[in-house]
Amino acid sequence: MSNSPISSPTNLRPKRSDIVESKAAGPAKVELRDVSLRYFTPETETEALAGISLTIRAGEFVSIIGQSGCGKSTLLSLISGLMQPTGGVVLVDGQGVDKPSPKVGYMLQQDYLFEWRTILENTMIGAEIQGRDLVAARDRAKTLLTRYGLGQFFDYLPRQLSGGMRQRVALARTLVTEPDVVLLDEPFSALDSQTRIALADEVAEVLRREGKTAILVTHDIGEAVAMADRVVVMSRRPGRIRSDHAIRFYNGDGQRPTPFAARSTPQFNTYFKMLWEELEVHVEG
Amino acid sequence: MSKVDTAPVANAPVATGMPAAALGAPSAAYTAWLRKERIRHLGVRGTQGAILIAFLLLWEILPRAQLVNPMLTSYPSALWPTFLDLLKDKPQQVNILVHTWGTVFATIVGFTAAMVIGTIVAAILWWWESLYKILDPYLVVANAMPKTAFVPIFYIWLGATASIYAMALAISVFITILMIYSGFQGVDPNKIKLAQTFGATRWQILRKVVLPGSVPTMIATLKVNTGLSLVGVVVGEFQSASIGLGYLIQYGSQIFKLNIVMTAITILAIVSSVMYLAIHWLEAAVMKRR
Repeated sequence: MSNSPISSPTNLRPKRSDIVESKAAGPAKVELRDVSLRYFTPETETEALAGISLTIRAGEFVSIIGQSGCGKSTLLSLISGLMQPTGGVVLVDGQGVDKPSPKVGYMLQQDYLFEWRTILENTMIGAEIQGRDLVAARDRAKTLLTRYGLGQFFDYLPRQLSGGMRQRVALARTLVTEPDVVLLDEPFSALDSQTRIALADEVAEVLRREGKTAILVTHDIGEAVAMADRVVVMSRRPGRIRSDHAIRFYNGDGQRPTPFAARSTPQFNTYFKMLWEELEVHVEG
Repeated sequence: MSKVDTAPVANAPVATGMPAAALGAPSAAYTAWLRKERIRHLGVRGTQGAILIAFLLLWEILPRAQLVNPMLTSYPSALWPTFLDLLKDKPQQVNILVHTWGTVFATIVGFTAAMVIGTIVAAILWWWESLYKILDPYLVVANAMPKTAFVPIFYIWLGATASIYAMALAISVFITILMIYSGFQGVDPNKIKLAQTFGATRWQILRKVVLPGSVPTMIATLKVNTGLSLVGVVVGEFQSASIGLGYLIQYGSQIFKLNIVMTAITILAIVSSVMYLAIHWLEAAVMKRR
């Protein structure tokens, strides 16, 4: 690793292509301070993450991109409290994270709906586990499912739904427990490309409207740019933050365009090209 | 909401559960295909029936033609009168229905106990992985042991009745533990991770993910251990019982009345078939939800 040009000191410093602040940004919601993580196996120990410092403000939508194996998903596991860092601290609302908290919702790569539960029962699983008021949770689950076009499918089984519909159920399941922060781990990767773009639109809109803080991990540069206020690029293992870019679309009315509309703006192509080149340098390095 | 994939009803991106677009009148090709399928199905059923009839015919004809000794095999037409005779309550004779119920009841107790104990033990092993690692070789060896070797010992230890139940349990409980534990291990770790993202405790993971996720494995296990329990009961009855089909077989062979032996064996075949059908029905009922 030490021979690699990527990990030379100059490259380690995050370069900021723009002043990182978002219009929606509030106080620091999620904070990582000098976080590192090592995996241990009988054969060896592996440094997965090193010296990660990152502040995400309330209401921000941040995408994290990097090559596979750079520790992007691990970063989400740390923020969610599923794993503990071997160095540094992870804070949500200024409090140290040592176990999963109801403040943080997590959308995994696939829907992982339980095949033995109906759609409505699947949507309720988080509320059941957290011991919430199930009557209120049921109402909220029904409201969310109806809003996502699944109003007639409460009593269907997961296998009766298409991939896009299932992933919308997963979104509802995440939001029933009313988390402030939503972690998205390539939640669209199992879908066909058209459904993927359409669903990205819906999810981004839902999360913005509800004022959630969102962290999206993806290896799809287009998706990262189209959905986020900010894109963080990670270097290869051990994962470090390589750069941090604010994403701005100027479309006159001051509203951020939807991810789908954003894809046809000139800024999209500029950001795409910049990030593409940044990741490409990586491959060669 | 966006342009694509937003109207699930209009676009109907539904795999099953909603009717496919109807084409109107069935085409000639479709009718022909249906007929071919039906003939194929009837062919399978017909052949199954023919095999059974051929078997019974050979069993009837060969002894009557003196090609095999009827003393050794009896024949089907002799079984029905024997059965009717065994139905009577006489001094020195217990009704055959009592024998049958004795065997069936002990079998039901055996596999039910094996399922309950096996599931609890598997859950304990799942909870403490180190315990599984420690006990693994012992479980594998205990499962491979021919449990029927313990029939005389169980008789000495537990007496005539309890030893039969013990054998029904012993013969099926180890395979139950191993199968259900491997079912627990086979539950998608991502489903467990999902529950953990909501802060699930280990007990909640067991109740809400691992146990319901292992229902197909449990049914497969039930299929195995009903048959094994029946074996355990019959073998146990050989040794010690004064009631039960195993006893009847033992008794019939000692006094060289093969009619009685064959009748009891035929009833065992029917009992096995009924148990199989019951589990098949249970499986269909449970899997409707999946």
